[in-house]
Amino acid sequence: METRQTLKNIGELFWTFFKIGAFTFGGGYAMIPLIHREAVEKHPWITSDDMMNMIAIAESTPGALAVNSATFVGCRVAGFWGALFATIGVVLPSLAIICVISLFYLQFLANKWVAWAFEGVRCAVVLLMVNAVVKLAKGGRLTAFHVVLSIAAFLAAAFTKFDTILIILISGIIGVIYALWCRYRSAEQGGR
Amino acid sequence: MKMPMLLQLFWIFFKIGLFTIGGGYAMIPMITDQVVSRGWLTLPQLIDFIAVSESTPGPFAINIATFIGMENAGIVGALSATLGVVLPSFIVILIVANYFYDRFVGNFYVQGALSGIRPAVLGLISSAAVTVLLSALFGGAKLSQGLSGLAAGFSLPGALILAVLVVLNLLKKDLHPIVMIIIAAGLGILLNVLLA
Repeated sequence: METRQTLKNIGELFWTFFKIGAFTFGGGYAMIPLIHREAVEKHPWITSDDMMNMIAIAESTPGALAVNSATFVGCRVAGFWGALFATIGVVLPSLAIICVISLFYLQFLANKWVAWAFEGVRCAVVLLMVNAVVKLAKGGRLTAFHVVLSIAAFLAAAFTKFDTILIILISGIIGVIYALWCRYRSAEQGGR
Repeated sequence: MKMPMLLQLFWIFFKIGLFTIGGGYAMIPMITDQVVSRGWLTLPQLIDFIAVSESTPGPFAINIATFIGMENAGIVGALSATLGVVLPSFIVILIVANYFYDRFVGNFYVQGALSGIRPAVLGLISSAAVTVLLSALFGGAKLSQGLSGLAAGFSLPGALILAVLVVLNLLKKDLHPIVMIIIAAGLGILLNVLLA
């Protein structure tokens, strides 16, 4: 009886996250309302508090928000297999759509009109990236330390041959050292 | 030859997936670094695909991994790259959800590392945005080529379109990415027809 319920849950997880993967454009935060409706209101698999926690975890761990949410909700509802099938569900629509697009992509781009259109589209991508930077900058409380780190990372990426992954790793270590230093300093001041 | 390619796709995207913090655009600097440098994709192809990905459903991470895998090694390549990019977050979330849950986000070291990574990602995306700008406006000239190098590749249609989009972006703050892409595509066709 219990196995049957679990199987039913796993099937529903797969189907729900398949829909979420198939209908969210732009990824990320665009899908939060949809995940909330499906996972909190409709089924309900997790509470609103769980959902807040989940977003915080997804923001603090690597990977796409959609994938992280699927794995998280799936795991809460039906353990490993729930996580696996929810994740496969959310990935499958993109995978299928892009595979099909790839088959026609080069012929599509060889078209004169399409090539002209993409000349304009590249300019739009510049702005989309600038908007992403502005949004990220607004989201965090930027202190002088953060600004210096941002500029240093920018300079390292733009003018040196430093590996991007190395820059991220080093910044993470600098962040930990800075946090330890802040804690040490405030403890010292508190001691006086 | 075939097997190493699949493994390479898996491994490169595993690394990219492991270090993507801060949303889809945070991947772009790593893609230029790890994928464009390997010749799996050119920079203009990457920029075009960013727009395609914005216009199709699903997260950018999955779309770009599938696309690069597919272009270089067919469906099996697409599966390898996508598995690679998903696996790190899958493993991390399973561990966090099972063993740490609400202790994870408040953890001192996690917060410390993130306080360093987030601003760095900001700088990295900015640097990638400059690269994209140079490609869109100056035919991919490098800053190191100096003014004459930039001037040689300068694209007038690109500059006009960018100017229009900047104004539009300032006037309408929450313009949907797809709308912006469609407007830009229309302008690209219009200007080229006028100039031809």
